[in-house]
Amino acid sequence: MNLDLTEEQELLRSTVRDFARERIAPIAEELDREHRFPYDLVRELAELGLMGMTIPEDYGGAGADTVSYALAVEELTRVDSSVAITVAAHHSLGTLPIYYYGTEEQKREWIPQLASGEKLAAFGLTEPDAGSDAGAARTRAELCDGGWVVNGSKMFITNAGTAITACVTITAVTGDGEISNLIIPNGTPGYEIAPPMQKLGWRASDTRELAFRDVRVPEENLLGSRGQGFRQFLEILDGGRISVSAMGVGLAQGAYDLAAKYAQERQQFGKPIAKFQAVQFALADMATEIEAGRNMVIKAAWLKDQGRPFAKEAAMAKLYTGELSHRAANAALQIHGGYGFMDEFAISRLYRDQKILEIGEGTNEVQRMVIAKHLGL
Amino acid sequence: MKIAVCVKHVPEQSKRIDPATKRLDRSGEGAINPFDVHAVEEALKLKEDRGGEVVVVSMGPAGAQDSVRKALAMGADSALLITDEAAAGSDLVATANVLAAALESEAPDLVLFGQQAGDSDGAVLWAAVADRLHRPVISQVANLSVADGKVRGKRQTEFGYDVIEAPIPAVLAVSDAINEPRYPSLKGIMGARSKPQRTVSLSELGLEGGVTGEAGSKTVVQALSDPPPRGDTVKIEDDGSAAEKIVEFLAERKLV
Repeated sequence: MNLDLTEEQELLRSTVRDFARERIAPIAEELDREHRFPYDLVRELAELGLMGMTIPEDYGGAGADTVSYALAVEELTRVDSSVAITVAAHHSLGTLPIYYYGTEEQKREWIPQLASGEKLAAFGLTEPDAGSDAGAARTRAELCDGGWVVNGSKMFITNAGTAITACVTITAVTGDGEISNLIIPNGTPGYEIAPPMQKLGWRASDTRELAFRDVRVPEENLLGSRGQGFRQFLEILDGGRISVSAMGVGLAQGAYDLAAKYAQERQQFGKPIAKFQAVQFALADMATEIEAGRNMVIKAAWLKDQGRPFAKEAAMAKLYTGELSHRAANAALQIHGGYGFMDEFAISRLYRDQKILEIGEGTNEVQRMVIAKHLGL
Repeated sequence: MKIAVCVKHVPEQSKRIDPATKRLDRSGEGAINPFDVHAVEEALKLKEDRGGEVVVVSMGPAGAQDSVRKALAMGADSALLITDEAAAGSDLVATANVLAAALESEAPDLVLFGQQAGDSDGAVLWAAVADRLHRPVISQVANLSVADGKVRGKRQTEFGYDVIEAPIPAVLAVSDAINEPRYPSLKGIMGARSKPQRTVSLSELGLEGGVTGEAGSKTVVQALSDPPPRGDTVKIEDDGSAAEKIVEFLAERKLV
C-alpha cells in the first residue's frame, strides 16, 4: 500500500499551484466581473500542457495519468472555477469522446489541435427539455444523401462559443430508440450559437445555447457506431465526474484558505476571530471533510488509471465533494461576516461558483440514483 | 557553451532554528530557492540562444532532489547532487569548498547563482566559490549577454547600473529582476526523471574530511535570540489629521 504521490504528480501539483496563485488569482475577480473568457490564460495553460493532459503524446497531449489531471483541476479550482471548468470541460467532455470513440482519421483530424489547446471542443448532451433525463433528447439526425441532417437544440454547453472553439460533439436521435454522437464543426451552415448565457457563477467561462436548423455534416462525422451514443455519454460522464469532484475539493480548499487567512487577521473582542472556538471548529470541520473528499477523488482517479471499474467511486466522489463544497463555501463566507457578502472579497465569488457543482455533470440526486444502481438496489 | 547553475533547497514555510543544534530546521517541506529559479531561467535562455548544455549543481539533503527535479523539468539537461551526512552544518566557507570541487569537475564556461538564498539570505556564496575557482565574478546581474568569449553583466547598484565585462569562464550571481522564470511544462515534468542525474558523496568528489561540514566551517553560531522589542510604538489612526501627527512625531525626535 502506498499513498504517496509520484515525484511527477508532486511537481505537477506544485507547478499548477504556483501558476494559479501567480497568474490566475490576480485577475480572477476582474474576469468574473467582466464575464470575460480567459483567452490569455488558456494559451498559457496550453503552453504548460494542461489542456490535453491525459491524451498520449502521439496525439499531441502530455500523456499524464488521471490522478495528475485531478490534482491540476483541484489546484485551478482552488483559485478560480471558471478557468478550471474551461480546462475540465475541454478535456473530459470535448476532447476525450473523440479520442475514445473516434476513428483513427477523426483522431488525427481533431485531437492534436485540441490536446495542444490551440482549439477548444465542447460536448452537447443537455437540451432545454432533457437534463437529468438525458435519454429524452429530441435533437434528431437523419441520414440523407450520404450526410446527416441535424435539427434541434442544446442547452448549457460549456466552451461551445469561444473564438477558438473548433467543434461540438452532440448526442442526437438517429432512429427509433437509437442515440448516436456526431461531430459538428463550428461554422457549419445552420448551426447557430446563441450569445453567452448570463450566470450566477462560472462567469468567465463560456456557456451557450445551441440551435441546429437543417445542419448538414458528412456521414463520417458519426462518432463510433450508430446507436452507441447512449453508452458513450454515460462513460464520458463517469470520467467527467472525477474532474468535477476534483473541482469540489478545490473549491472547498479555496474557501478554507480564504477563511483561515481572514480568521487570523480579523480582530473582534480584542483578538483574532481564529482564537474563538466557534471559528476553530468550523475550520476544523472543513479541513476534515476536505481531507476525506480529496481521498475519494484520488481513489476514483487511481481506479481509472488502473483500468478498473470506477463509476461508483466517481459518482460517490462527485456527490460527496459537491455537498462538501456547499458546506465549506457557506461556512467560509459566514466566517467572513458582512465582508464576505461584498464583491471585493473572493469568498463571495467562490460562494456563487459553488452551486453548480451540485448540478452540473449530474445533480446530487442523479449521483444518488447512479450510486444506488451500483449498490444493486 | 556549458552552463552550471547552483541551486539550493530551502525550507518552504518556517524559518525555525533548532535551539539545540543552532541550525535551520530543514525537516519540513522544501522547495527550490526562489532566487535560483531566475538563475535557471537565465541559463536556459542562454542555451536557447547559443546552444550548449545546462547542468544543475546542488549540495543538500536527499530532499534537495525535489529542487533539482524542478530545474530539470524547466529544461536543464543534467544534474549533480552532492549529498553527504558529513556536509551537514557546513557554513558558507565549507559549502564553497564543496561546490567549487564539484564545479571543477564539471568545468563549465559559466556558473550562475541566484543572488542569495531565501533561508539564510547570505548573498556571499558565489563570491567564495569564484575565489576558489580563481574566476572573475559579477554580482547583482540584472541583464546578461555573451559575446566574443566574454560575458557582460549589467549590475544593479544603489545609484544606477554598472556594466561589467569579464572573460569566460566566469561566475555570475543574478538578481531577481533579470527575467520572469518559466513554469515547468507537463512535458518537462514527465521527462525530468529520464535526464542524467548523479548523486555523489564528498569522497567521490575527492574531498577530505576537515574541509566540509562543521569541521570545515570557519564560523560558529555562538547564540541565538529574538530581535529586541521595538519599545513603545504609537499607532496613528487616520481621521484626516494623520499626516500632521506623523510629522509632529518625527519632528519631536528631530528626524525631520
